[in-house]
Amino acid sequence: MELIISGGHLLSWLIFIPLIGAGLLFFTPGEENQRRLAFVVTSVNALLSLKLWSGFDAATAALQFGERFAWIPSLNIEYALGLDGISILLVMLTTFIMPLCVLGSWTYISKRVKEFMICLLVMETAMIGVFCAMDFVLFYVFWEMMLIPMYLLIGVWGGARRKYASVKFFLYTLAGSVMLLVAIIALYLANDHSWFIPDMMGKGYSMSFQVWVFLAFFLAFAIKVPMFPFHTWLPAAHVEAPGAGSVILASVLLKMGTYGFLRFGLPITPQATLALAPYMLWLSIAGILYGGFTALAQSDMKKLIAYSSVGHMGFVTLGIFVLNTSGVEGALIQMVNHGITTGALFLMIGMIYERTHSREIKDHSGLAYTLPIFVSFLTIFALSSLGFPGTNSFIGEFLILVGAFSHNKIIAGFAIPGAVLAAAYMLRLLQHVLFKGKGRTDISDLNFRECVTLAPLLILVFWIGLAPEPFMNVMHTSVEFLLNQVNASQAVAALAGQ
Amino acid sequence: MLFLPELFLLGGSLVLFFVTLGEDKGTLAKNITIAIGLGLTILCAWGINNSGTMFFGAYAVDFYSQFFKLVIALGLTFVLLLAPDLKGVNTKIQAEYYLFMVLSVLGLVMLVSSAELLTLFVALELSSFALYLMVPMRDDTTGERKQMEAAIKYIMFGVISTGTMLFGMSYLFGLTGTTYFIELLPALQGMVGNPVALLAVLMVLVGFFYKLGIFPFHFWVPDVYEGSANATTSFIATVPKIAAVAIMIRIMTLVNPADSSWLVLILMIAAVASMFYGNLAALVQTDIKRMLGFSGIAHAGFVLLGLLAMDELGYARATFYIIGYLLMNLACFLVVCNVSVQGENVSRDDLKGLYKRSPFLALVLLVGMFALAGIPPFVGFIGKFMLLTSALQADHLILVILAALNTAIAIFYYLSVVRVAFTSDPEDRPDVEVGASTWAVGMILMVVIVYMGIAPNQILTMASQAMKVIM
Repeated sequence: MELIISGGHLLSWLIFIPLIGAGLLFFTPGEENQRRLAFVVTSVNALLSLKLWSGFDAATAALQFGERFAWIPSLNIEYALGLDGISILLVMLTTFIMPLCVLGSWTYISKRVKEFMICLLVMETAMIGVFCAMDFVLFYVFWEMMLIPMYLLIGVWGGARRKYASVKFFLYTLAGSVMLLVAIIALYLANDHSWFIPDMMGKGYSMSFQVWVFLAFFLAFAIKVPMFPFHTWLPAAHVEAPGAGSVILASVLLKMGTYGFLRFGLPITPQATLALAPYMLWLSIAGILYGGFTALAQSDMKKLIAYSSVGHMGFVTLGIFVLNTSGVEGALIQMVNHGITTGALFLMIGMIYERTHSREIKDHSGLAYTLPIFVSFLTIFALSSLGFPGTNSFIGEFLILVGAFSHNKIIAGFAIPGAVLAAAYMLRLLQHVLFKGKGRTDISDLNFRECVTLAPLLILVFWIGLAPEPFMNVMHTSVEFLLNQVNASQAVAALAGQ
Repeated sequence: MLFLPELFLLGGSLVLFFVTLGEDKGTLAKNITIAIGLGLTILCAWGINNSGTMFFGAYAVDFYSQFFKLVIALGLTFVLLLAPDLKGVNTKIQAEYYLFMVLSVLGLVMLVSSAELLTLFVALELSSFALYLMVPMRDDTTGERKQMEAAIKYIMFGVISTGTMLFGMSYLFGLTGTTYFIELLPALQGMVGNPVALLAVLMVLVGFFYKLGIFPFHFWVPDVYEGSANATTSFIATVPKIAAVAIMIRIMTLVNPADSSWLVLILMIAAVASMFYGNLAALVQTDIKRMLGFSGIAHAGFVLLGLLAMDELGYARATFYIIGYLLMNLACFLVVCNVSVQGENVSRDDLKGLYKRSPFLALVLLVGMFALAGIPPFVGFIGKFMLLTSALQADHLILVILAALNTAIAIFYYLSVVRVAFTSDPEDRPDVEVGASTWAVGMILMVVIVYMGIAPNQILTMASQAMKVIM
């Protein structure tokens, strides 16, 4: 895997514009100005990221927009950035979801607006950094840096049980990543003292080394995804986080775990991946079914969406570990879909919470009669979430299931009920919110700002649902290359065995 | 010229001595001490490239000593500027308090320049005795005379470990017939396999294990941290540790690396025991200073990770780590000193709702605690990371895994402090006003903690350069 150095510093700008914005915010007086500034900064970043789309060469699997120079020479640590078909969609998802987060918390957050926006912007820096970093230390710095603003988002602006939720989130993620640190150092020593990630791939490490490193990766990434049985922090964090916090969690943070598997797990420890993939598949199935059944039993809308996330991310990990093209491509597009759809659902719950100060399903019945715009949006996003044909998630789940069936029919058979469960809990939610009872008349429908917040996500739901080709094209070469890396290791090992 | 910083400190302490003859001269004494701190910093920075020996080779001025002197001077200045006034010490004896502080710094400055065992011993005692006297100078606020208990424990443990150290020095002299480091080094390097030589080195190290609070010489730490005035603790917890690490490195270089497996094993056990003991005990503390005491024991264990690599890089990284530790700890003590209304101890509950009562202090606390916990982009992360790298490079895999586990344990108590400050309501606790000097020091500390975290190269290169001088 090579890194194509580009003359510009596009990725650096994308990473550091939010941070610069956070610095400016520090000195900006007036809450309204602070909101506007945060919106401008995130929007500028979103527009700038369009240059990635136009400049991206889908024909090569190499890392593009590369930047590489020494950062801490005495430790060989470099500042290396790059982007390929696996990360480009995730970076763009991040840059586009952030302005919506700012819009979505325009009135939701009424106290300490400045600090809130600073946390959001620092989050953006860290998240884009994670997806672009090609030096392992740089990656780890961004990976851990995320914890502090996210902790504050939940802990300061969160709901009633925010203390419990924020601490649980922090401890889980940190405990998961300490062993990642040890694995990183071990890889560094095994690679002639280089932290450069592409250097670590395809080195044919011994099987036991690979297994240990893979397990360290697994602990860190499975907690982040979250895979069953490491998911318990997620509902707590989702429920207590403010609207924008939930959106960031669902749309971007969860993707880091699966991105970690794709970027590190598969190419760096291919043989361990092949050997342990069956276990990963069964854990994914467990997550799909567990998430689905638990979501069915929730009375709190946010909890319902949170458990549905566990199920959806189970589909993503299922797609990754079937290790074939349609599975991995489906997983990638499903990561984006989940970011769009679940992000939108969390935004909508935030909007209704502002009006009723409740997240209980029973407090929001019969809204079809009084809030027509709200329920229209809700219906579309809910249908998207359950994978209705014509919406984005259908494409993702379909590809994943195709991949799963061609890999192992029994495992795929277990995943099917997951899709049915998704329909069950989402339709139950819809039925309650839309038609049950008379409907409240004391609350107003969505205003213009809120419609503007949701509209881009709505467009993407149908765009990916009806014409996924442009999105699939971007990732195709990189996915093929990735799978070749994994399969080549098997051939190498077979040769060595003879 | 070589002796200028020491002469300056000596002159300063004479001035302070005359100030103590008046009554209630606390403020004047404090201002003089701040001037001494600033002046010392300037002198040390100015003379950083000086080199030469004095007093028949017993006192060496080189980049190694000057580097540490500069750090000590900066540490002193920060400690003085942390809080607007000295709370918890009777105004009648405040002038004396500052006199002892300056004398203690004089001892530490001489310590890092000592090139001979007896000079080292005298300098160490000068710095220690001044500290022994500062501990009981606190007002008796609780009626339990805790400051006396702390002082007694401090001096008893201090005397015993110093005695052990002296015993070790006598062995070194008996084996080699010299007390000069420059002659000890080749003489001891030749004694591969001599158990007495190793024992002697270990016994000398014990004196500094005590200073640094390494298990099993840590017993004084929590009680002294808790029993001393906040300002005293912020001094004891930071500045002397710099000098202790400096001297430990100097003594470690005496051991022939070929003969070191035995010593490395002992250091490893001490490191792991310190980390686990410190972190586990810190989990249940409610007094912030006591918690920082236990966390200090754990961090001392981390410093050992660098030392037991027994090469220039490991020593440089340990030095980097202890400098980072100084800064992070000072940031936490800045909050403790300012939140305390009348110099009483600060419990975790006293920090409730700090982000509403003083957003600035809450931010400093956040940076300090997360830096101690080793979260990027702060200096605690890169320091810990480098130490883990060098330990793994030396094939101490188990040690590295245990250390990584400790990072995960430690986050719990650091986080619980941040949690109280950011997610609890202040209830009826008063707002905290922050003075200009405190604000400036807090800003500087935060900036440096982040700067060293993302650009450690400069300090690291300086530390490596310093290590080259003595190896």
